[in-house]
Amino acid sequence: MSLLATLPVVIPMVAGILALLAVSRPRLQQAIGIAGAAALLAVSLVLMVAVSDGSVLVAAMGDWIPPIGIALVVDPLSAAMIAIAAATGLAAAVYALADPRAARTRAWPGLPPLLMFLLCGVCGAFVTGDLFNLYVWFEVMLISSFALLAQGGGKERLAGALRYVGLNLVSTVMMLASVGMLYGLTGTLNLADLHNAAIAADRPGALAAVAMLLLIAFGIKAAVFPLFFWLPAAYPTLPIPVAAVFAGLLTKVGVYAMLRVFPLVLGPEALGDTHILLQESLIWIAALTMLTGVLGAAAQSDMRRILSWHIISQIGYMIMGLALWTTLGVVGAVFYLLHHIIVKANLFLVAGVAERMTGSGELAKTGGLYKQAPWLGVLFLIPALSLAGVPPLSGFWAKYLLVRAGLEIGEYVLVAVALVVGLLTLYSMTKIWLEAFWKPAPETVSVRPLSRRESLAMLGPITVFALMTVVIGLAAEPVFIYAERAGLLLVEPAPYVETVLGAPR
Amino acid sequence: MKSGPILNTSTRGLVPLMIAFSVFLLWRGHNLPGGGFIGGLVASAALVLDGLTFGPGMIRRRLRADPVTVAAVGLLVGVIAGLLGWFAGSPFLTGLWWKPIVGGAELPLGTPLLFDIGVYLVVVGTISALWLALAERRQGGED
Repeated sequence: MSLLATLPVVIPMVAGILALLAVSRPRLQQAIGIAGAAALLAVSLVLMVAVSDGSVLVAAMGDWIPPIGIALVVDPLSAAMIAIAAATGLAAAVYALADPRAARTRAWPGLPPLLMFLLCGVCGAFVTGDLFNLYVWFEVMLISSFALLAQGGGKERLAGALRYVGLNLVSTVMMLASVGMLYGLTGTLNLADLHNAAIAADRPGALAAVAMLLLIAFGIKAAVFPLFFWLPAAYPTLPIPVAAVFAGLLTKVGVYAMLRVFPLVLGPEALGDTHILLQESLIWIAALTMLTGVLGAAAQSDMRRILSWHIISQIGYMIMGLALWTTLGVVGAVFYLLHHIIVKANLFLVAGVAERMTGSGELAKTGGLYKQAPWLGVLFLIPALSLAGVPPLSGFWAKYLLVRAGLEIGEYVLVAVALVVGLLTLYSMTKIWLEAFWKPAPETVSVRPLSRRESLAMLGPITVFALMTVVIGLAAEPVFIYAERAGLLLVEPAPYVETVLGAPR
Repeated sequence: MKSGPILNTSTRGLVPLMIAFSVFLLWRGHNLPGGGFIGGLVASAALVLDGLTFGPGMIRRRLRADPVTVAAVGLLVGVIAGLLGWFAGSPFLTGLWWKPIVGGAELPLGTPLLFDIGVYLVVVGTISALWLALAERRQGGED
């Protein structure tokens, strides 16, 4: 089984290296990128089937048995996250075939190798069972995403990239400091071992300090209030396939890290009375993140900027699930995570098509898209309405779970915020719909139909993602059962801990 | 770039010495201070010295391949070193050893050495690529 758990890291790594070796042949590079992402997707589906009963796969790197060595651990949550990361990567790689900016760019070393190394970092963060190793994968992610951000240059992009890398380095330092403190307190960095050691350490005060440091470190990655301002500066400047991957995946790795580390290591048993402090901060962060994100979006008039701000508000929902600290809340957060990546990446892809056809993402300079391409309107409405939480799409169930979890423990204010933010999301999505699709095109703008090649490469991934959104909405039960297994393992990690520590090898 | 006879002569003597020393560091690195990273840095220092004295073209001639390709090959060697353990039925990155007797003494060769060679190539390729990007841009600006 160790083989299977290692593949999510090895496949993108090898594909990235091969794509780097093919640096002088862009076509071959693209083929390698698509093949790598497809292989990763296939492996992740096998993994999902293998762990769908709530079991846990462990691989001890270098045959050093945990907690001594680094363990790669695949549980239902990480398997699903890898699958969605691979799907997003595949969509971006296919979509990039139609993007002249990505294909023709002479910028070194091209999109596919960096995309693969980014996926390697993301998947590594999803499978690692070691806190320091998590830091290492964050770095792999950070370096590749920085290269992707800076590629092609331009003043605005470099400014955004610098802000991104600067804040993320702060986050990294915080994380290293907290890793050091945890090691000093417990003498281990294996997450499963930490679960026991943190309780045994009996130092709630010191652990609360660690929790706060980690909250800031992961919070910067996840772009929560008040540490989000790098995101709207960096994302709108990216080429669309890269923006879709960033929007779908990067911030969610921060959320994933919170979901993984906080309940496992810094739960109520370890933190004692101070746990309420962590929970209160999470509740405030969740509410303010939802609100600032959606209000920021309402003030924008450019498609990419609106969508970027909405990433922030959506992160708030996931934090809300964790902040409630009940099983249903965490399950809701997991469901939200899975649904959100698909929807968000898809919206960016649609925005890219709209920009291609009208020549601009400024809402004032677009229009007439529905007349020219009614199917694109439908493909936009599906993820847009799902984002706002309109039934029967996937977003409705995600929000329903969170709202219900909130009502169960009487967090009425947080629930009210969540519902109002859903409404405001609908407002922003309606704005894009009315401006870009419904109103007639301004006289200065001529809407250009897509070429055949463009339709295939761009609309293919969009259609698949839209279908997935509908399917998750209509067949929510299997997804919910899966999310429930994943969430349960987060809240009651005894099987996880036992499997990792008892790993034969 | 202008360089005097002293620099020219000493570079000719120093570069082979530095390369030899870097290989020595790489070799002893598994259990003693040294290793692929340090060895690679010393080798890159030698290449950069060469480049400073005789111009960036000298680095390209010495490497014979594009520095990025050198780095990519290094990465590949590292992954293969990890995968070898895997093919032998152990987890990824497990160290495998092969200890032939050479001239009466045991010569320990293993996948950790292969991994270190990969690191060495990555460091040499990356540092040369960085240095060349800066040096060749400056040269272009002067022309």
